[in-house]
Amino acid sequence: MDQNDVILEVSNLKQYFKMNRKFTVKAVDDVSFKVFRGETFGIVGESGSGKSTTGRSLIKLYEPTSGSVKFEGKELTGKMNDETKRLLRTKLQMIFQDPMASLNPRKTVMNIIAQGLDIHKLYNSAGEREEMVYQMLETVGLSREHAHRYPHEFSGGQRQRIGIARALIMSPSFVICDEAISALDVSIQAQVVNLLKKLQNERGLTYIFIAHDLSMVRYISNRIAVMHRGKIVEIGLSDDIYNNPVHPYTRALLSAVPHPNPHVERYRQRTYYDGKDVDYDLGSYHTINGQHMVLATDDEYKSWTAQ
Amino acid sequence: MKEKILDVKDLCVNFKTHNGNVQAIRGASFDLYKGETLAIVGESGSGKSVTTKVLMGILAKNGEIASGEALYKGVDLCKLTKKQFVAFRGKEIAMIFQDPMTSLNPTMTIGKQIKEAVLEHTKLKRHDAKLRTLELIELVGITNPEERYRQYPHQLSGGMRQRVVIAIALACEPKILIADEPTTALDVTIQSQILELIKSLQKQIGLSIIFITHDLGVVANMADRVAVMYAGKIIEYGTVEEIFMSPAQPYTWGLLASVPDMANKDIDLYSIPGAPPNLLYPPKGDAFALRSEYALKIDFEEEPPLFKITDTHYAATWLLDERAPKVEMPESLKKRAQAMAKEALAYGSK
Repeated sequence: MDQNDVILEVSNLKQYFKMNRKFTVKAVDDVSFKVFRGETFGIVGESGSGKSTTGRSLIKLYEPTSGSVKFEGKELTGKMNDETKRLLRTKLQMIFQDPMASLNPRKTVMNIIAQGLDIHKLYNSAGEREEMVYQMLETVGLSREHAHRYPHEFSGGQRQRIGIARALIMSPSFVICDEAISALDVSIQAQVVNLLKKLQNERGLTYIFIAHDLSMVRYISNRIAVMHRGKIVEIGLSDDIYNNPVHPYTRALLSAVPHPNPHVERYRQRTYYDGKDVDYDLGSYHTINGQHMVLATDDEYKSWTAQ
Repeated sequence: MKEKILDVKDLCVNFKTHNGNVQAIRGASFDLYKGETLAIVGESGSGKSVTTKVLMGILAKNGEIASGEALYKGVDLCKLTKKQFVAFRGKEIAMIFQDPMTSLNPTMTIGKQIKEAVLEHTKLKRHDAKLRTLELIELVGITNPEERYRQYPHQLSGGMRQRVVIAIALACEPKILIADEPTTALDVTIQSQILELIKSLQKQIGLSIIFITHDLGVVANMADRVAVMYAGKIIEYGTVEEIFMSPAQPYTWGLLASVPDMANKDIDLYSIPGAPPNLLYPPKGDAFALRSEYALKIDFEEEPPLFKITDTHYAATWLLDERAPKVEMPESLKKRAQAMAKEALAYGSK
């Protein structure tokens, strides 16, 4: 992981949703971060914190309200030229949470996986298209016979593999995994995570891994951003975040995760945080060490680090 | 010795489908003691939800109890007719489900929904029923009961909705509460609140709980005893310490090893190879043998019985037979158990 090789740079990204004349939801509010080539960047937070919206804005499922998203040096917000559009739609891919909801039930696996190829005309003959799909299926641990079946014929873990195959056939350099393993059984989760890691090593992929399962995020991520109410409240190396959390929200979130250790569970102390007395708009980012930063006012920073 | 409240013996359940008979449960036996929490863990399709459906008498129409019994207060729940079950459901055994939004009626206020359960099962008059409802709302930790009484499910957050569902389940003071993945749809912070609520209610009213989940962290938090299910059978059960510290069945090993271990981030997660067997044609012998690296020859021929390890710990694997070669639990798990013990010591001294 090279710190100077930034593949994605997000600065002051805002994504507002206007509900009516008086009320606007600030789903993502002034978020900035960088993702380096070849790393896994985790985003955690509870539902409604804006983590999924961030992922969706990056890939332009929404048009960001303001701010800039630079992918491989190209600006993605606003109007894009054809070349940038092509780059975005091939090199940046997304894997969704619920494989059943994100796969078209009336298409065969072959047509689902090849859809991106069809749109961008990335093959010369029907035979080549088929061969690419077969290869992709084998890469994700399915077999060629599966290509002519429909999504309902597969188990949850297999469906998620189809979702991964669909994303990877475009040979992307960057994949956003939005709760990609949350819907799966523990043993299947391990299979999919191992597959994602293997593909990362083979192809030098960069991941953004959005999840609420903090133990899995810690396992897979190099760096983690903790989001709350549309802001990144803490960001840093995953070990820093887990061993030395500074923001009270991060602490509360970590203390809520059950450990698979019955002895520890008996004594586990929860810390609580509702954040009503903290106004995130007043804070600025304070560096704790290296890449570990926390959103706080000067007074808050002093009292949090003193603890 | 604690009092046994529920005793399930050799339960077998088949589902008729147009492809044939799916043998969803193939001889499951377990018991539940008064005031304890029994966690049932296993992959999807292992039969854990079907087991609870039998206890609630809400088996799907194509399901059939082929054999076995479930004794509760001397009554065999498997033999009750639909009509007879009405007296048990809710009053003796109640259930909460995974997704609170789908188990609540969106067109009724939550007060009315809780009151409905109270009126149905008790002889309380209207006014008293309302008072009881307000009491229940308060019991599950919702503030301003009067105001919440008039609200609809969509006005509540996910955690609040699950609290309402729990209030409905507790309306008729059941003795057994079945919780089928009650926190899977919730955030971790809300999850820990709901788990704490369930635990405190258990202490307050002496509930016995059957807790179904696939999150081993939640199991460690909630359970007194754990039963591991695989392909329609309970393949290992014991106290929570025994299952986490000295598991004996290869499937349990695989399950525990697939939880991410923070100490060894660079190693691949262990994943159990293959897929669970198709229960249309259950395999001969040990159902896990095909996926297990520890399978013996006999595993493919004969089903292992439950071997006793301690008074509370049983496991179904031929590895425990005297004649089997001595196989120990994988090194990584051993290390993890040691790390767990160390961690526990560190915690205990705090």
